Amino acid sequence: MTTATDAIIAGGGLHGLSAALHLARAGLRPLVLERDYPGRHASGVNAGGVRRLGRQFAEIPLSVAALELWQRIGDLVGDDCGFIPCGQVKVAETEAELQQLTDRATRVRALGFEHEEIVGQNGLRAMVPAIAPHCLGAMVCRNDGAANPFRTVTAFRRRAEALGVTVCAGAPVTRLSRRAGVWKVEAGSGRFEAPVLVNAAGAWGPEIAAMLGERIPCRAGALMLMITERVAPFLTPVLGAAGRKLSFKQFANGTVLIGGGYRGRVEPEQNGAVTRLAGLGASAATVVALFPQLRGTQIVRAWAGIEAVTPDEIPVLGPSATEEGAWHSFGYSGHGFQLAPVTGRIIADLVTCGMADLPIAPFRADRFALPPARDTANHSGPRRRP
Amino acid sequence: MPAETEVAVIGTGPAGLAAAEVLGAAGAGVMLLDEQPAPGGQIYRGLGSATPARLRVLGKDYAAGRGLLAALDRPGVSFTGGATVWEVTRGRSVSFSVAGVARQVAARQLILATGATERPMPFPGWTLPGVMTAGAGQILLKTSGLLPPVPLVLAGSGPLLFLLAAQYLAAGQEIAALVETTPPANRFLALPHLPGALAIPRYLLKGIGLLARIRRAGIPHFRAASGLRAEGEGRVEALSFTAEGRAHRLPCAALLIHCGVVPNVQASRALNLDHAWDERQKCWRPRLDRFGRTGADGILIAGDGGGITGAEAAAHGGRLAALAALAGLGRIDTAELDRRAAPERRALERHLRARPFLDALYAPSPEFLDPPDETILCRCEEVTAGKVRDFADLGCLGPNQAKAFGRPGMGPCQGRYCGLTVASVIAARRGVPVAEVGYYRIRPPLKPVTLGELAAMDLPDPADDDDGH
Repeated sequence: MTTATDAIIAGGGLHGLSAALHLARAGLRPLVLERDYPGRHASGVNAGGVRRLGRQFAEIPLSVAALELWQRIGDLVGDDCGFIPCGQVKVAETEAELQQLTDRATRVRALGFEHEEIVGQNGLRAMVPAIAPHCLGAMVCRNDGAANPFRTVTAFRRRAEALGVTVCAGAPVTRLSRRAGVWKVEAGSGRFEAPVLVNAAGAWGPEIAAMLGERIPCRAGALMLMITERVAPFLTPVLGAAGRKLSFKQFANGTVLIGGGYRGRVEPEQNGAVTRLAGLGASAATVVALFPQLRGTQIVRAWAGIEAVTPDEIPVLGPSATEEGAWHSFGYSGHGFQLAPVTGRIIADLVTCGMADLPIAPFRADRFALPPARDTANHSGPRRRP
Repeated sequence: MPAETEVAVIGTGPAGLAAAEVLGAAGAGVMLLDEQPAPGGQIYRGLGSATPARLRVLGKDYAAGRGLLAALDRPGVSFTGGATVWEVTRGRSVSFSVAGVARQVAARQLILATGATERPMPFPGWTLPGVMTAGAGQILLKTSGLLPPVPLVLAGSGPLLFLLAAQYLAAGQEIAALVETTPPANRFLALPHLPGALAIPRYLLKGIGLLARIRRAGIPHFRAASGLRAEGEGRVEALSFTAEGRAHRLPCAALLIHCGVVPNVQASRALNLDHAWDERQKCWRPRLDRFGRTGADGILIAGDGGGITGAEAAAHGGRLAALAALAGLGRIDTAELDRRAAPERRALERHLRARPFLDALYAPSPEFLDPPDETILCRCEEVTAGKVRDFADLGCLGPNQAKAFGRPGMGPCQGRYCGLTVASVIAARRGVPVAEVGYYRIRPPLKPVTLGELAAMDLPDPADDDDGH
C-alpha cells in the first residue's frame, strides 16, 4: 500500500521537523521519514548553542533572523525549548587574538549587523568572573544563549504532529524515483508518494542527494561533547576561545558541558559515532588552562554526534540542482542548531512560492563544481537529467 | 603512549582469576585489573586477608575461592588493584585510573569479567538512608566484619538474601525479620525445571540448609509479601507490607534489600556489542559464542557478565575465554582449543542445567519491575516511576529517549540503578515487550574521571584525528 501525501521529508532531525512544521503552517500535510527516531543524531546530542557570534558571513542574515524566532520560540512550537539568552563569549588570550576579534567585529558592523561587541578585560571579568587572569578580552553577543537540544526536537515534533504532520520512525529512505511529477519513496517497510521532496537527512544527506544524481562532497563528522558532575555556579554565558577549540557552558543544574570541535570516529556499521580519547584529553587540558579550579571535577559522560560537514562548512539549503520538486536542507557542519527555526521557513517559502526572503545563494547545491555522480549506490534513483 | 599487554582481564572474580590461571600457565602476558584493592571480585572479596574467624562466618564456599588466587603467582601475570576502568574500546584499549592517575593499556586480547550487579529493587522509600542492598551489607561483612544496626530487617528474594541471613546469624547479628517477596506462583513455575536442578544437588542442598538455619534461629519469616514501603523521616524507621492478607509494619534501623543479580553490562554496552533480552532472567545479556567471544575482534566476556551462571560456572567460563584468547594470540591451534575446551564446556553445561529452576523460583516480583508512581527509579536525578510513565505518554519510546525527557540515567551511575526498571516501566506503559524498548546507550567514561586526570594523560595529538575511513 502506498501512502500519498503533500510533501515527503527525509530526516526527522531538527531541520526536517522545522521544514515539516512550516510546510504544515502553509497548509500542506507533510510526512517525515526518519531512519532511527527523531533527534537520534546531531539534532538531539549537540551542545544546544543559540549562537550568532562568530558565524561565517554567509550565515549571518539567517542566524539573525533565527534568533528573532528563538526569542518567541514558544509562539512557534508551544514550548520554550529550554532557551536561555545567557550570552555567548569568545575569549582572547593574546593581544593578537583580541585584534583579530576586533577586526572581525568591525567587518560585521560594516555589513550592517550590530550583534557582535568587543569587551576588554574588565568587561570580560564582569561577564565571567572565574576566567583565568591571563585572558585579555572577548567578543560577545549578549542576546545569544543556549537551549536544550532534545527538548527542542521534541517540541518541534509535537507541534508539527499537532498541525497534521506524520512522523515515521525507523524508516530510512532506500529508494527514490519520480514519475509524472510525483516522488515515489520506499522507506522501512512502507511506500510513500508526494510531489515535494525535502532532503534533511543530516549525515545521510549526501546519500539522498546522490539518489537525485547530485554529488555533494560532504564528509561525516562526529563532534564530541562531554559533561561534568554538578559544581557550584561559576559561569553564566556560553564560552569559547579565539585561539583554541572550545565551547563551554554551565547548565542551571550545575553540570558543565564541554565541546569545541575535536572529532570522534564515525562508525557507519554501528550507525553512529564513538568518542576518541585524544580529543577529549585536549579539551580537558583547555578547560583546566582557562579554569584551573575545575581540575578535580569529574567527567560523567562523553559522546559524539554524527553530522554532515561540507568543504566550506556552510549548509546546502535550496532547490536540488538536478531535479524539480526536490529541496535540500543539510550539511550544517556542526552549527545548524540555532538556524533550524528559520531554515524550515525558508524551505516552506521555496516550496510554496518559489522564493526565500533571506539570501540563500551561498548555500546552492551545485557550488562544489564536481563531475556528476555515478550511480553506484544500491538504489534506483533518477539519473541526472541531460 | 599506552603500555601494551598480550591479554587484559578486567575483573578478578572467579571468571577473571580462572582465565588468568590458564593464560599464565601457557606463558602469556596478562594484566589483571580490578576496582578493588585485592583480587577476588564480589564473591571472594577480602578472601586473601580474611581471618579464620571471618572464614567461619562466611562459610566454606567462600574459603573455596583461595585456590583461584594462586593464578596471581604465575610469572607473566600482573595484578593492578584499585584500578577504576573508565573506558574500553573496540580497538582493545583500556583506560583506567589508579589513585588519581589515568593510564592506558593496549591489549591484543581483552577479557571482560565484570561479573554481576544487584538488580534494582525500587519501591516507595527505598532511597531512604538506612536502606541498602544485601550485596552492600555483605561487602561490609567481608571486608571489615561490619554489622548493620538493629533492629535489622531483610527483604526481597534470591539466594543471596538467605546466604546473608545465615552469615549474619553465624556472626551473632540479630535479625528482626525476613520478609520474602517471592511470588507464590514461582514455585509452580519452577517445578518443571526441578530435574535440571538435580544435576547439581548441592545447589538445592545449600538452599535447604540455609533456610533450615534461618528457621532454627526462630527469625520471623514472612512469605509472599507485597506492597513494600520503607517509612521514616530522614532515614528508615519501619518497613510496611502486606503478607497473606494482613498488613504489617516492622520497625527497623536497617533494611537490607535484594531481588537477585543481573549481568553488569556497562562495559559491553559501552562497546555497543549486540545484546539480547533474556526473558527467563529478566535482564540483558551480550550475545556470545560458546567461548565467550563477542562480535568485536579479540574481545571476550566470561562469567556472570555474560549471563548469570554462578561462581563455579563462571570459573569454567573464564577458562573457556582464556583458551579462545590463547587461540587468538596464536599460542594454541584449533585442535588444542577444542580438546581443552571440551571438559570445561561439559562442566559449564551441567551448571547451566540447574539455572532454569533457580531463575524461575527467584524471578523478581512484578512490583519491582513496574513500581508505584511515587517510587524513585533514578536515584541520581530523582526521577519517579510516575514521571517515566508520563514520558511514555508523551511519545517516549525507551530508556534512551527518556534521558532527554527528564534525565533518568544521566547521573554519575549512568543508569546502573535504574536502567532495567526504566525499561520495564516504559515497556509496561506502552504495552510492548522490554526487548523492544531497549536500554541506555552507555557512554564513556564508565566511571567518572576528573578533568585533571584526563588533561594529564599522555595521548596522541588530537589534530591527527581525521574522521576515520
